Amino acid sequence: MEPILSVENLSVRIAGLHILQGVSFTVAPTGVTVLLGRNGVGKTTTLRAIVGLTPPAGEVRGTVRMGAQSLLARPTHRLVRGGLGYVPEDRCVFAGLTVAENLRLAERRGSTPAYDKVFALFPELDRRGRQRAGSLSGGQQQMLAIGRVLLNDNRLLLVDEPTKGLAPKVVTEVAEVLERVAESVPVLLVEQNLAVVRRLARDAVVLAAGRVAWTGDAQELLLETALTKSLLGVGSAEGHHPAGTPAGARKDQH
Amino acid sequence: MDTVILLTLTGLGLAALYFLVASGLSLVFGLADVLNFAHGVFLGVGAYGTWWAAHNLPGAGSDGFGFVLAVVFGVAAGTLVAVLVELVLIRPLYSRTIEQVLVTVGLSLAGVALLQATWGADARPFPRPEWTRQVTGILGANVPNGGLLLIIAAVLVLGAILAFLRWTRYGLIIRAGVENREMVTALGIDVRKAFTLVFAIGGAAAALAGALGGVYFGTVSPGQGGSLLIFAFIVVVIGGMGSVIGSAYAAVAVGLTQQFVNYYGTSGLGDICVVALLAVVLLLRPQGIAGKVATA
Repeated sequence: MEPILSVENLSVRIAGLHILQGVSFTVAPTGVTVLLGRNGVGKTTTLRAIVGLTPPAGEVRGTVRMGAQSLLARPTHRLVRGGLGYVPEDRCVFAGLTVAENLRLAERRGSTPAYDKVFALFPELDRRGRQRAGSLSGGQQQMLAIGRVLLNDNRLLLVDEPTKGLAPKVVTEVAEVLERVAESVPVLLVEQNLAVVRRLARDAVVLAAGRVAWTGDAQELLLETALTKSLLGVGSAEGHHPAGTPAGARKDQH
Repeated sequence: MDTVILLTLTGLGLAALYFLVASGLSLVFGLADVLNFAHGVFLGVGAYGTWWAAHNLPGAGSDGFGFVLAVVFGVAAGTLVAVLVELVLIRPLYSRTIEQVLVTVGLSLAGVALLQATWGADARPFPRPEWTRQVTGILGANVPNGGLLLIIAAVLVLGAILAFLRWTRYGLIIRAGVENREMVTALGIDVRKAFTLVFAIGGAAAALAGALGGVYFGTVSPGQGGSLLIFAFIVVVIGGMGSVIGSAYAAVAVGLTQQFVNYYGTSGLGDICVVALLAVVLLLRPQGIAGKVATA
């Protein structure tokens, strides 16, 4: 199967820091591909470069393609209208706007917003339409951030740490939603919670010091405790639910 | 008592003038992060556009419908200049703060020089309806009609801007953009169109301030925009960058402070008190009265 997204030799330099140094990977056209790595290795920078949100002072090089379309030279709003949905780290809901206004803002001209789908996934958003987004809990804000993107048809979703700072029960709810979403649209997910990774991810890309350190089957990676520990700084069995049947890990790239 | 009423209403008239200039300035900064030192030029264009139209535009004049037509022409001219400034000079410089400041400061100087070169440096009598020269008795105070006109215009502009921000899609985009411009883009919205729109709104309000300021002061001069801009900036900072409601509250505070202190203290002391008020707000609440929100 042709990948939905291919990133080739992506380099990002911001304020003299060479954050990404020739990153290459692909995202499968179905399921969840997870982008892993320790803090500060460039996971968020990668997502932001793909969606065109590198700061103006930054320098981006390389090639990013969604299908046959080259992405790097295009402005963010056009990429998003073209089906690249982005859920940023820390949710970034508009605190001063109501829930309904946050959703209305995400409606795209020329397409019918899928409120039924969003409210079926997040009934809370329907009930809290008049509430200011800034007064929602962290979990509700995350639901709003995801719901905003799901109003429209997307060819690929970029989701940055959706469970960060959430209570365990809410983490499970968010993971369930992403699991259902991934049945219809491929997802490139940045996630630190290995239990969520284990539940959702089929493929994994691990970054280390601005480069790809490992790519392959996510479930196999999580079974290799020593490898997980060396790449991520945490063993998959340490405080995270261990995987089921050992199948061995595949080391594709250094 | 009648002195207090007179001072209050003339202070509110001054506040209305500041608000008309500051509201656009605040929205432009809140959304686009542009400190527009050329905002006074829009006021000057509005004032001179009205003045010119009243003398030269067929159908326009200094009274009745003719005066309304002259003001409409002045506001349209100010709006057009604001849109052109955004499209031609500011748009290539977004995210380049120092260059923006240099360009807008340069434009403010060039704009005043251009008005001086075209119509002279001296103040000129402003064509205004006869009734604006008269006074209205309110609770024993004789209040100048020009000031009352400014107050009514500012209240209408405030209501119109708030309704626009509250009820229209572009208003929604502007309110969201003031909070997080990048995220608006990430929802598939071309935020640059909203930048042009806030420049147009700001330009129109400033040009209206120029036209009605001419009525209030009775004259028009090339440097009028620059001197009002200083107090408009103070109003924006006190009110909170990006907040129209905050600008309204701050304009009232500044206008009343100036008027009362200048009357009961010595002339000029009111301006110093306004600067002191700015310092107090910056120390106690640096984000301003309303913080960074586009509505209340």
